[in-house]
Amino acid sequence: MRPAIIELTLVRLREFVREPEAMFWVFGFPLLLALGLGIAFRNRAPESIRIGVLQPAPAALAASLDSSAGLAVERLADDSAGARALRNADVALVVAAANGEVEYRFDPSRPDARAARQLADDAIQRGAGRRDPLAIRETTISERGSRYIDFFIPGLLGLNLMGSGIWSIGFAVVTARKQKLLKRLVATPMSRTQYLMSFLLSRLFFLVLEVGALLGFGVLVFDVPLRGSLWTLAAVCLVAALTFSALGLLVSSRARTVEAVSGLANLVMLPMWIFSGVFFSAANFPQAVQPFVQALPLTATVDALRAVMLRGAPLASVTGELALLLAWLVVPFVVALRVFRWR
Amino acid sequence: MTASAPDGSSALLVRGLRKRYDDVVAVDGLDLDVRPGECFGLLGPNGAGKTTTIEICEGLTEPDAGEVIVLGRTWAESGRDLRERLGIQLQETQLAEKLTVLETLRLFRSFYARGRAVDDVIALVRLEEKRRARVSALSGGQKQRLALGCALVGDPDLVFLDEPTTGLDPQARRQVWDLVEQLKATGRTIVLTTHYMEEAERLCDRVAIVDHGRVMALDTPRRLVAGLGADQIVFFSVAEDAVPRITADALAAIAGAAGATQPARATDGGWELPVTATHEAIPALLAELERRALPLAELRTHLPTLEDVFVSLTGRALRDA
Repeated sequence: MRPAIIELTLVRLREFVREPEAMFWVFGFPLLLALGLGIAFRNRAPESIRIGVLQPAPAALAASLDSSAGLAVERLADDSAGARALRNADVALVVAAANGEVEYRFDPSRPDARAARQLADDAIQRGAGRRDPLAIRETTISERGSRYIDFFIPGLLGLNLMGSGIWSIGFAVVTARKQKLLKRLVATPMSRTQYLMSFLLSRLFFLVLEVGALLGFGVLVFDVPLRGSLWTLAAVCLVAALTFSALGLLVSSRARTVEAVSGLANLVMLPMWIFSGVFFSAANFPQAVQPFVQALPLTATVDALRAVMLRGAPLASVTGELALLLAWLVVPFVVALRVFRWR
Repeated sequence: MTASAPDGSSALLVRGLRKRYDDVVAVDGLDLDVRPGECFGLLGPNGAGKTTTIEICEGLTEPDAGEVIVLGRTWAESGRDLRERLGIQLQETQLAEKLTVLETLRLFRSFYARGRAVDDVIALVRLEEKRRARVSALSGGQKQRLALGCALVGDPDLVFLDEPTTGLDPQARRQVWDLVEQLKATGRTIVLTTHYMEEAERLCDRVAIVDHGRVMALDTPRRLVAGLGADQIVFFSVAEDAVPRITADALAAIAGAAGATQPARATDGGWELPVTATHEAIPALLAELERRALPLAELRTHLPTLEDVFVSLTGRALRDA
């Protein structure tokens, strides 16, 4: 006979692995998301910008543009064709040359249009004989750790820790409450603390799989750097997973229906989806909301993960984030234990 | 095993129990005294307060007033110890669908310091063939037997069963009854609620008839039925066009002629009369109907049951109460 805490944790594991949908949302979905965003934002040779040249145009001018590396040049028949191409964003810039004068038509609010104007102007002026007064040398870099995918994988990891902690526990608790299974369990000598602890313990098991899958994927497929120690990373993931599990218990501590717990879970998670810097840096938010942003557990998680993975930060330098997470772990767990509705 | 109060007389003692929910009084001054080793039934219609009463006894609901002594102890003083000694089956529990029979019983077994071997319990509730089947694959009767298994896995001294056969088909119901009878044979005290009078009559040593949160009568099923003072219940109905002529006065006269022990009661499109000497009552009844030119449509008799006891106590039938 195994101890109750083990049996309870085994129940959690069995219920999870016997639910194929849950497996997909926890493992499949984040990997697909990472793959999609990784491909969309992969670093590559800059594409040529498409521009148009109104006909007729001086042959020398057209030749200069054609020979410019960054531009793809299209011949446009007349003014109306030019206007249409601009409006449809088929081209970023239309060049019209007449009577020894060159006219650039473009929308300056589009960054690619401004770049196209510079490139086209350079090519035309040089073709016409301009010589640059200073010699120029270019050095290009592509640093691992500075790409979007490097920024995004730790964010996605944090998001996954939050989502699976809150959803898996929220649904499991509310379903058990709705089926009066909770009431049946408290009619036995089962320890209530052990019941709640079993949720945290089962999260630890899945944590290894979830983090392993996402991290392995990022490292193998996108060559995302892992500069800090694995132990430090494990510590951050562990504390974060327990924190979000405690939040999951709190969210589900009173709810009687799946709808109610879904609403509450979304209410808790939505601000973190937006403010915690998963998809873009949280520093973009105004100074006035920074105290709020920095107090969110997902912000602390994502910051700590990025520090460890991308900058190789040691444990000592993420203690601030860990302390914040521990507060978010202890307070919700204690409150959940007190207000938990067993029937 | 000391499955009794210090004075050795009660497995469960309830005095002056009261509980109200908002503006509904669920339990209204209820007393019970369950002896060790007996199977005690709370019989009553839905909403009579049976479940509230049993859940207070199980320590799951706090009463507003009254005293509950379970196995000689109170919930406030020894709740944890009591949990070890009680077996409980709740009315609406759905066990985890994705676990197997074996896993479910192992889980419940792990909560108890001492108890029965899981395989013994599986054999007891006759689920050997379903050991490795998921709960979701079980029939209603099998689920209910598993719920009973969960109640028995801690080898309890006192077992509470709340509506153990509600919603089951007749065959599944009989299987549950067999199980309860086996349990009785081992000398465990059983408290069960039901709104099926056959169930109470077959299983219970003593029955408390409960309505509106009160005990209306408490005795053995045999003595409760005997208390009606009737050997048979006679049911009669008349042709449809004659029904308006059966006034209260006419009914009293008919009942008087038949020598009914209690006033006639309307049911199922006719009337029921509890009578003693059936061989005299029926000719007298027919003669009175004839005299009043009321054409008889149907005539039946049955032995009195707890249903009739309930009717005589409350004026309502169990099934439509």
